[in-house]
Amino acid sequence: MNEIPMELGLLLSVVLFVLGLIGVLVRRNLIMILMSLEVMLNATGLAFIVAGSRWGQADGQIMFLLILTLAAAEVGVGLGLALQIFHRFHTLDADSVSEMKG
Amino acid sequence: MTLIIFYITSAVAIFATVMMITRLNAVHGLLYLILSLLSVGVIFFLLGAHFAAVLEVIIYAGAIMVLFVFVIMMLNQGQATIDEERAWLEPGIWIGPSLLASILFAEMMAVIMLGGSAATGLVVNSKQVGAALYGPYLLAVELASMLLLAGLVGAYHLGKPMLKKTKSGTKS
Amino acid sequence: MIELLGWVPLFPFLGFLILVFAGERLSKPIIPWVGAGSVGISALLTALIGAEFLRGTMEPYRMFSGYWMALDDMSVPFGFYLDALSMTMLFVVSGVGFLIHVYSAGFMESDPGYARFFAYMNLFVSAMLVLVLADNLVLLYLGWEGVGLGSYLLIGFWYEDPDNGHAARKAFVMTRIGDTSMALGLFLLFTHLHTFDIQFLMIRAGNEWTPGTWLPVVSAALLLGGALGKSAQLPLQTWLPDAMAGPTPVSALIHAATMVTAGVYLIARTHDLFLLAPSVQFAVGIIGAITLLIAGFSALAQTDIKRILAYSTISQIGYMFLALGVGAWSAAIFHLLTHAFFKALLFLAAGAVIFCFHHEHNIFKMGGLRKPMPLTFWSFMIGCAALSALPFTSGFYSKHEILLAAFEVSPVLWAAGCLGALITGIYSFRLVFVVFFGTQSQSVEKGIGWRMAAPLVLLGILALFGGLLQIPMDSVFPGSANTDTDHAFNLVSALTIAAPFAGLLIAVLFYLSGTFSAQRLANYGWARLVRQFFLSGCGFDAIYANLLVRPFVSIAKLNKNDVVDLLYLGIAWLSREFHRIARTSQTGRVRWYASSMALGAVFILAIGLLS
Repeated sequence: MNEIPMELGLLLSVVLFVLGLIGVLVRRNLIMILMSLEVMLNATGLAFIVAGSRWGQADGQIMFLLILTLAAAEVGVGLGLALQIFHRFHTLDADSVSEMKG
Repeated sequence: MTLIIFYITSAVAIFATVMMITRLNAVHGLLYLILSLLSVGVIFFLLGAHFAAVLEVIIYAGAIMVLFVFVIMMLNQGQATIDEERAWLEPGIWIGPSLLASILFAEMMAVIMLGGSAATGLVVNSKQVGAALYGPYLLAVELASMLLLAGLVGAYHLGKPMLKKTKSGTKS
Repeated sequence: MIELLGWVPLFPFLGFLILVFAGERLSKPIIPWVGAGSVGISALLTALIGAEFLRGTMEPYRMFSGYWMALDDMSVPFGFYLDALSMTMLFVVSGVGFLIHVYSAGFMESDPGYARFFAYMNLFVSAMLVLVLADNLVLLYLGWEGVGLGSYLLIGFWYEDPDNGHAARKAFVMTRIGDTSMALGLFLLFTHLHTFDIQFLMIRAGNEWTPGTWLPVVSAALLLGGALGKSAQLPLQTWLPDAMAGPTPVSALIHAATMVTAGVYLIARTHDLFLLAPSVQFAVGIIGAITLLIAGFSALAQTDIKRILAYSTISQIGYMFLALGVGAWSAAIFHLLTHAFFKALLFLAAGAVIFCFHHEHNIFKMGGLRKPMPLTFWSFMIGCAALSALPFTSGFYSKHEILLAAFEVSPVLWAAGCLGALITGIYSFRLVFVVFFGTQSQSVEKGIGWRMAAPLVLLGILALFGGLLQIPMDSVFPGSANTDTDHAFNLVSALTIAAPFAGLLIAVLFYLSGTFSAQRLANYGWARLVRQFFLSGCGFDAIYANLLVRPFVSIAKLNKNDVVDLLYLGIAWLSREFHRIARTSQTGRVRWYASSMALGAVFILAIGLLS
């Protein structure tokens, strides 16, 4: 009834993924970087859903679920880190936090 | 009909994402991100993954974004942050990452196009998902719970020293 | 009594342990009682055992007291073997050793290292007794190294002076060269004969090896190397004159009476092996003859009283080697015995001179000591008479026997021995005349106590009449019986007797009557050169320094920056450079890492697409 070509769905996921990547690479604000990461994770999830829908299998949605879990944990830890960094360095600039330089 | 809705929703998602990554104010960016997530949720629905669409709206656009809101509220310094962002986001800085990302995009597009086309839209209901989740994927569920626990402990630990530091600071 | 044999080396060792662990806490009068007493008990035991042994059939006695190591096909027991040869050595070591310990009690009394001195001495005596009693070569080697250690410790006893430490190291290193050779010989013998027991070894060697083949020759030569190092024979003799840096009783005990004769003992003990290797045995004789001449000439030019005696010791051991080389085994051991008496006497008398005379060593700063020190003078006289083998002293019998035996083998060796005897006469009476006659230049500082006088008297008696003490060695050296038979009074015998008298006469003319003068002789350039040559011990130290030490030092200098190490330094440098390059990628910036990952993804996808 309502067929969406698979390559279009995948294309959308790729576009979102690349946009998220640009965000990660360009932004210096840690919060914005985390938000861009969410976009990338979401795009990956979309690709799984498209594949699952193509084959009519539940696995795609299960992978999405796992990605969701991952994103939740990641956001928790990432935001905790961002808070820590802000308290230590009084900035959210990712480039200024380069203490681990070799 | 479905295809038209897909195109519109996709356009909204891409537009929202582009807006999100270019915003100076984090709160604005967050709103555009929520918009992007919701439109992706609509696309899930269109693809027949109803359960995933619901989760996308409730957990992603709901629960996770609330965390961001809290943190941005804690850290937002108003106009100073925006000025800082403006200084960071000069036009030249976009060139390198965009180039890299477009090469990646081209490559992935080539991969997708070489694969040939096929239709989607087979509905997978939440019963099937639940059966698979507690059947062959039981171990993955356990692992996911472990991951969440680790995230919980990590977040708690990272948040705690702030209190401790001030205490020990007075002591020493 | 003979069952108590094992206690003989044990008592000095107990004394050593007591002095080492409690030496600093013992009160000063007790220390000599422990040090000399332990050796005294050993000497007493030796006398009792000796009396029983000599009165009996003189059958070899074996004592087994447990295993040191017992492996699959190799066992090294703590086994002692007593026959006429080890009995003789036992008398020398414990008897002379005891007298020297008593003497030391007086000589070293004012030294702050009193206890340390006796501890070392006891250790040495214990090791030496193990050496002579051992029934297997490994236990013998234990004693061999033990005496080397004792020698090292005692030469460097006054370690505050770096020169003494240097002399000790020189002695240690040079004897170590010989010891290495001996260890190799030991391994060779064990590899081929599968036993360490000396008696079995000799029997098996005689059964399995034909004389003159390479196995007996090589193993005998290796053992000879060890003997040369320990007994300070050519070419390893240069350490002994420097070893005089130690206290005089040490020189008397270790570097005259006992340790340096260990090489002679070793060769006598393994004489069956040397009989299987006639070329090596002959080499022993040649080395002995050359050494006795070189050392004799060197002694002529020395001015240090102890160095004269040191060179004379090398020379006398040369006589023993000469005797071993011509197969006069018992004569060699007999000379060892008499030499121990008169050389210990000479050293102790020299020590008395040094002790009473402001620690002066140069004989030309002494003179006229005959009047103030009559006992020392007469001791010296007896010692020198015996040393130069004047008739009816102990040295006469033994040296005469050696020279007659040498004549039977080779007149050349005999001639060398006679020339040596002549030189011995010159330098020993030069010593006496210069030190005890003439005018007294300085006053005597102090007298000697009874503890120093008594050993001098006893050793003087032994040096005079020790020639009558010869222990029959027929049971040990079956083939040597004929050398003991009386020879007719012929020309050879007459010349042999006359040689030391000629030397005495020359010494009288030069140093007593003043008919000739060494000073006048020194006006000639060549005479000065010869004198300098002899003074330096025939230049062996210079040869070794130029031939071995300097090239080694220069190579070491060339290699100061360690050429081999450059390879490893290069590896370290390379990894450091790689690290430096790799480090630049570690910027600490999260976005840099993210772009690296994206770049990697691009790269990998490109590979996938293009392949």
